[in-house]
Amino acid sequence: MSLPIIHLLNALLYAAVLFLIAGGLSLIYGVMRIVNLAHGNLFAFGAYVTAWTVGRALAGQPTPLLLLVLPVGALATAALGALLEPTLLRPFYRRAEEYQLLVTFGLLMILEDLMRLIWGPYPVAASAIWENAGSVTIRGNLYPIYNLVVIAVGLAAAVFLWAFIYRTRFGVVLRATSQNMRVAQGLGVNVNHVYVQAFTLGCFMAGLGGAIIVPAQSAVLGMGIDALVLAFIVVVIGGLGSLEGALVGAFVVALVREAGIVLFPEIELAVLYLMAAAVLLARPAGLFGRP
Amino acid sequence: MSGPPRELAAPPGVLAGAVAVGAALAGLPWVVDPYQTILLAYGLVMGIAALGFNLLLGYTGLLSFGHSAYFGVGAYTVALLVKYAGVTSMEAFLAAAIAASVLVTAVFGSVCVRYTRIFFGILTLALSQVLWSLAFKLYWVTGGTDGLRVPTPTLLGVTARGDKIQFLAREYYYYVLVIFAACTALMWVIVHSPFGKALQAIRDNETRAAFVGIRVWRYRWIAFLISGVFTGLAGALWAPLNGLTTPEVLYWPFSGEIVFMTVLGGFRAFAGPIVGAVVFNYLKTYAVGFTVYWQLLLGAVLVGLVLALPTGIVGTVWRLVRRARGR
Repeated sequence: MSLPIIHLLNALLYAAVLFLIAGGLSLIYGVMRIVNLAHGNLFAFGAYVTAWTVGRALAGQPTPLLLLVLPVGALATAALGALLEPTLLRPFYRRAEEYQLLVTFGLLMILEDLMRLIWGPYPVAASAIWENAGSVTIRGNLYPIYNLVVIAVGLAAAVFLWAFIYRTRFGVVLRATSQNMRVAQGLGVNVNHVYVQAFTLGCFMAGLGGAIIVPAQSAVLGMGIDALVLAFIVVVIGGLGSLEGALVGAFVVALVREAGIVLFPEIELAVLYLMAAAVLLARPAGLFGRP
Repeated sequence: MSGPPRELAAPPGVLAGAVAVGAALAGLPWVVDPYQTILLAYGLVMGIAALGFNLLLGYTGLLSFGHSAYFGVGAYTVALLVKYAGVTSMEAFLAAAIAASVLVTAVFGSVCVRYTRIFFGILTLALSQVLWSLAFKLYWVTGGTDGLRVPTPTLLGVTARGDKIQFLAREYYYYVLVIFAACTALMWVIVHSPFGKALQAIRDNETRAAFVGIRVWRYRWIAFLISGVFTGLAGALWAPLNGLTTPEVLYWPFSGEIVFMTVLGGFRAFAGPIVGAVVFNYLKTYAVGFTVYWQLLLGAVLVGLVLALPTGIVGTVWRLVRRARGR
């Protein structure tokens, strides 16, 4: 039996991308207490920017160069986030949660069509990288090397993020603001700056998720909306606002999904949603969340 | 006790206003063309859904992000009855849709009402997506993304003659209008009854409400049930109007639209969701007709409205009226 290892690798690939999306969503919620419904579209934005740069603008260039410009999607998404937070979200912090959800829902619709406007209704592919990377033989099965790269990037991002949040001064400020915004402010933290930085970092992660997965699968319209519900499942299982939770949640969702595709394809999605509901019932704050 | 409590009787102004609006809606098909009438029928159907949704948001303080589920249950009940039982009677559709939404909301509600705020929202979202993924994946039953066709139904046992457009703009419009009026009146009675007051007490302070003897979970559960059944009824009315039921009405962005229209109209006002639903329906239809980038236009309008009119259309109108009166 050599298939299980391939399935496991697929699950890891999926978990890496899910972690990047859900981790950003969770980080933003943890610090700013905003559930960003447009987060999936930011993931899609990163995918589109990279796909366009690598697949269209620089098509035919050598692979190492293409790999080097891959993060452009993440940087573009981070820039977009740095622009959106002060202009669109800041007026809403003092208002009821309903309005925050609503404004991000409006943003979702705007971003969805902006991408259609800029890149057209057809999928944008950047498959040259994926193809040129070749494949390795694992226990008699061919497996694309690029997929292994994605898994490595996902793991590296998790480690980097952990170090960033638990080992830097900025991380301390971030965690303090997350725990008690008013006290942090009283101690001299510029909360507005922290919010911009947290939102930008969350957007960077989503954009990075999009940028690294796009060589393996094209950027298409609607990918953001589909990704968001899965990210929701991840953060519900792991706990809203918890990065460890997002990591564990991403693994759980990816494993169940991979198993579901093989064993029970018809109800694979339903099982995931029911799982999220079950976790919410047993532990409303998620596996790692603060109640 | 002599007669119903005083709060249940609508003040004369409200009653006169309701009669005037009802008369205007009834006279409209003779003034405007069939297309406009059908558009308004869509608006009224969504008005019923939003009215039901607002019993939770505006009166109980629970933001559901899963009302597409109950709308979809209503719509799919109709479509499945057509396909597998050959039913054509609209009354049978409505009865079955009510039964089905009672069943689904009773189960979903018993789970969801234990939580509030964002957890309630996410839980309702997750449960609604269970139904969406089933409608999407079990394509041999539900037709998958192709959906299920819903032909013209018989109204009160009468089979429609002639043109479908004429049928929808006349007979069906009045059918929708009567149910809409009944639902609005019923919802008015509910929110002004002692039960409605109890819900508002729970919304304002759950702990105090519990201390005066209100059984919070049970009241929330009943509100959830009523809310879902209104929305399910709207789904059943929508199916023949649209002629096709697809998983899109179960997908979560559709729940977002229901939230959108309610907040657009103003969730603190009784008539807010109705106004919001009708306005949203026109906005969406014209945006779709005006440009392929209708989502961009609609999203920008939404963000602009939320920024400019924090209390929604109805709330803003009331404020302007009060200011004009010099208070």
